[in-house]
Amino acid sequence: MLLALIILLPFIGVLLPVWFHRHGRTACAWATALPPALGLVLLFSQAPAVLAGEVRRFSLNWIPELGLNLAFRLDGLSFLFCLLILAIGLLVILYGRYYLSSDDPMGKFFALLLLFMGAMLGVVTANNLLLLVLFWEATSLSSFLLISYWNGRSDARRGARMALTVTGAGGLAMLAGVLLLGHVVGSFDLDVVLASGELIREHAWYPVILVLILLGIFTKSAQFPFHFWLPHAMSAPTPVSSYLHSATMVKAGVFLLARLYPALSGTELWFILVSMVGLITMTLGAVTALFKHDLKGLLAYSTISHLGLVTLLFGLDTRLAVVAALFHIMNHATFKASLFMAVGIVDHETGTRDMRLLSGLRKYMPMTAMLGLIAAGAMAGVPLLNGFLSTEMFLGEAVAQRVLGGWSWVIPVVAVFAKVFSVAYSIRFIHSVFYGPSQPEALPKPPHEAPFFMRAPILILVGLCLLVGIVPNLIIGPLLAAAATTTLASPLPYYSLAIWHGWNLPLLMSMVAMVLGTVAYLNFARLLRLWERLPAVNAMDAFENFVHDVVIVRARQVTGRLENGSLQHYLSLLILGTVVVAASGLWGLERLNGGVPLSALDPPSVAIALIMMVTAIYSAIWHHERIAALMFLSVVGLGMALIFARFSAPDLALTQLSVEIVTIVLLMLILFLLPPRSPNDSTYAHVVRDGLVATSAGIGVGVLAYTVLTRPQQTISDYFIQNSVTGGGGTNVVNVILVDFRGFDTFGEITVMAIAAIGIFGLLDGMRLFDPKKDPNVQWASDKYPLLLLILNMPVLPLALMVAVYIFLRGHNMPGGGFIAGLIVAIALILQYLANGLRWSNNRMQWDYHPLVGAGVLLAGLTGLGSWSFGAPFLTSAHDHFHIPLLGEIELATAMLFDIGVFLAVVGATLLILANLGKLKSLDTASEENR
Amino acid sequence: MELLFAILIAILTGTGVYLLLRARTFPVVMGVALISYAVNLFLLAMGRLRTGEPAIIGSGESYSDPLVQALILTAIVIGFAMTAFITVLALRARGELGNDHVDGYEEHGREPERQRQARNAADNQDGAEGTAGEPEQ
Repeated sequence: MLLALIILLPFIGVLLPVWFHRHGRTACAWATALPPALGLVLLFSQAPAVLAGEVRRFSLNWIPELGLNLAFRLDGLSFLFCLLILAIGLLVILYGRYYLSSDDPMGKFFALLLLFMGAMLGVVTANNLLLLVLFWEATSLSSFLLISYWNGRSDARRGARMALTVTGAGGLAMLAGVLLLGHVVGSFDLDVVLASGELIREHAWYPVILVLILLGIFTKSAQFPFHFWLPHAMSAPTPVSSYLHSATMVKAGVFLLARLYPALSGTELWFILVSMVGLITMTLGAVTALFKHDLKGLLAYSTISHLGLVTLLFGLDTRLAVVAALFHIMNHATFKASLFMAVGIVDHETGTRDMRLLSGLRKYMPMTAMLGLIAAGAMAGVPLLNGFLSTEMFLGEAVAQRVLGGWSWVIPVVAVFAKVFSVAYSIRFIHSVFYGPSQPEALPKPPHEAPFFMRAPILILVGLCLLVGIVPNLIIGPLLAAAATTTLASPLPYYSLAIWHGWNLPLLMSMVAMVLGTVAYLNFARLLRLWERLPAVNAMDAFENFVHDVVIVRARQVTGRLENGSLQHYLSLLILGTVVVAASGLWGLERLNGGVPLSALDPPSVAIALIMMVTAIYSAIWHHERIAALMFLSVVGLGMALIFARFSAPDLALTQLSVEIVTIVLLMLILFLLPPRSPNDSTYAHVVRDGLVATSAGIGVGVLAYTVLTRPQQTISDYFIQNSVTGGGGTNVVNVILVDFRGFDTFGEITVMAIAAIGIFGLLDGMRLFDPKKDPNVQWASDKYPLLLLILNMPVLPLALMVAVYIFLRGHNMPGGGFIAGLIVAIALILQYLANGLRWSNNRMQWDYHPLVGAGVLLAGLTGLGSWSFGAPFLTSAHDHFHIPLLGEIELATAMLFDIGVFLAVVGATLLILANLGKLKSLDTASEENR
Repeated sequence: MELLFAILIAILTGTGVYLLLRARTFPVVMGVALISYAVNLFLLAMGRLRTGEPAIIGSGESYSDPLVQALILTAIVIGFAMTAFITVLALRARGELGNDHVDGYEEHGREPERQRQARNAADNQDGAEGTAGEPEQ
């Protein structure tokens, strides 16, 4: 619980600076310092246990289904990093109070700083890999906001964007690696993962997992070839650089190297990858740092170099290398943070960070100069300072390792080479800024010493450098031992943190580097000329060009090709995709024929099927002649009715027949208002493409149907058949399903139908139309209404209405029902319009169809609600026998009321659609009808 | 019979898809009609092919599957409502746009210049900062 509180404190504390912002800058800083100070107290309360080797754990279920838990652990390694994060954070807050000018929004700055602090604490204490990734991303996001703190500046925005892109991309790779790792181990719990190193290393996925996780680590810790973002992140305020880019965030990468050391290390791939990347980064960073004129640029490359050194140590095959790596992480954090702060003071008090302008500042800021001198000495590895001890250990391990077999001597040689440059840039840092002739007139601001409290954090850090350098065992001996024990997951190898180990090879190498480094600095001008002859690469421009190329140019090409604005193109891709998905499902099938014997062919069925096939193909081939194609289509539709009749579906046959008539009438009406021919606007290639898509879709569906048809059936229909008479009071099971068992579906369906009808009514309102009579390409017949139809129609209406009533009444027991009866009535009424014209019909049918639709849906709904008054669920049906004189015994069910609703809705919707379409037409022909 | 039935479904689907991919609205409507025939037959196939066994209690020994028939019945009626809606939509589109091409403009695969300019202007607003920033300090 205490442990969770340490991580939670900064997150809760985010509100403090925002609140105390209005009470002045000092109050704001004090409030911000509260959470880390409390955190430190809590952390130290755990110190005795943790330093003794205990692991404190805290766990709370979050999303256990995903293996994601709020699990934290505090072991030696976590303790070390927590200490760095909290203590340096506290110093940075103090420093930031004096660094920020009164124009800068301090509340925002401290709030973001606390947010970052919380995320960072989460990374180092997470005991669940997914949780770790989560916090990892949170550090990327909060550092993005911190780097772009001065968001009015273009370089800050661009630097922040680059840092986020690189670390974010690495984070994604790491997430992939972690997911694979979790899959291999079977758990994301760090305790389990760390204990299954053997299993992971022998798994076939190990190389993939390792490379993915290393990608995340290397991007975060600015390792070659991803180092380029760090120098550009220097556009952040200096406290941010001091905190994120020396002590904490960039250390997250090497932290993870240490954290996963027991699980992932120990293979040749690990040693080669980690040590080579570290070696290249260390050398590249050290050499580049010497030639940077910007003080923060120098420190940024120096940081890259030192991170490379730590990475290299984790990649060496000696156990002591890990101890050296952890030791150097601590030392680097202390001296680099203080150097950044010193640069901040120089920048703050002189207005520039350019080493070509700065000179002789010792006279104006003696205290800062002295502190800077000591810190830079630690960076260069001068004896009696902490940097010396870890560098000696590093050189010792560089000599002892055998990573490259016969070529292993390369590593110590390159290490000395890098160290030469490290010494040279350390001397340059101090000499060019604080020594030499003073020339205050060249500076933007008259230089003077900074306030004491701004120097105090540096003083503390430099004091630590000295203390650790002189009495290492006393200060950090136990802490280092605890952290290294955690990382190595075994008892420690023997080592001693003494200052003097006697004359040995590492000491000799150090001395050689010191001498050569001094020589190099003396010849700086000559080296600089050499350096400037190298082709200069602007990482920012290269990166932005790359991103622009990928995101804008390439992406647009891909999008342009897929989304070319043609709906036909989209649809063909969609259908092809569906075919592929369905085909891959069918692929595993051993044989298409499932073994059920095929039923015999009979001549009528074959004839119907053949006619349907031929007419369907004709309608596709001759679709340019729309009326002809529509005729073919209607033949297919009538064939459908026959098929339904053939295969024991009389209800469907009746419905299909009536719907077919209504549909064809509708399409004929529409054709009057659309061009009667389609122009030929598909190229040959398009026709072939569409033909292939259509063929593959057809074959796919056909194969699917055949495979199902030849396999035994399992159905849930038996329930309906058994309960139709007893439960629904009807023998026509299809109708009973519609109005009773699944009445709610039918209710939804007639509602949809009503909505469609009203939608059509809305679409027709205010429609601009082409006058078909003005189309010169079409010859319209000038006949009045056909006489034969007129005469025949007279007896048809009453007959049709009677048939409808009959069909409706018998629907519950025999084929029929509200749907079919409604369609028959609608057809009979439409026939009136067709035969007699709109004017004649409207005079005789003077009602609106909207209320009819509404009444239908309402009646169906009320019938359903009615069952509530009897305490039964929605749409429960009741039925009983009645004796009616003359007609005899009949059975009535409340479902019939529901069916009346269906009937009314169908009649209303159909007529609403068709009559209104007819009216459109009449607008143009009204004058003719009046004649 | 089963094979013939499957071929019929295949041909109805194929012709329906082909018409669906045409450039003008009316063939697309016909394509939708053909595809709904195919789908209804496919649904019927799920209940297997039975002859002379309507799902009317008391009419025989065994019955065809009433559930798929109920599904198809609603599908037919809904299909009609949908066909009506898209035809009227097509009609309205022709009235508003002056043609009956599915994309709303006659030239195949090419946007009218006015639309293209509007889209490009919207695209160029983001990403401009990345390319045209100030020089580094």
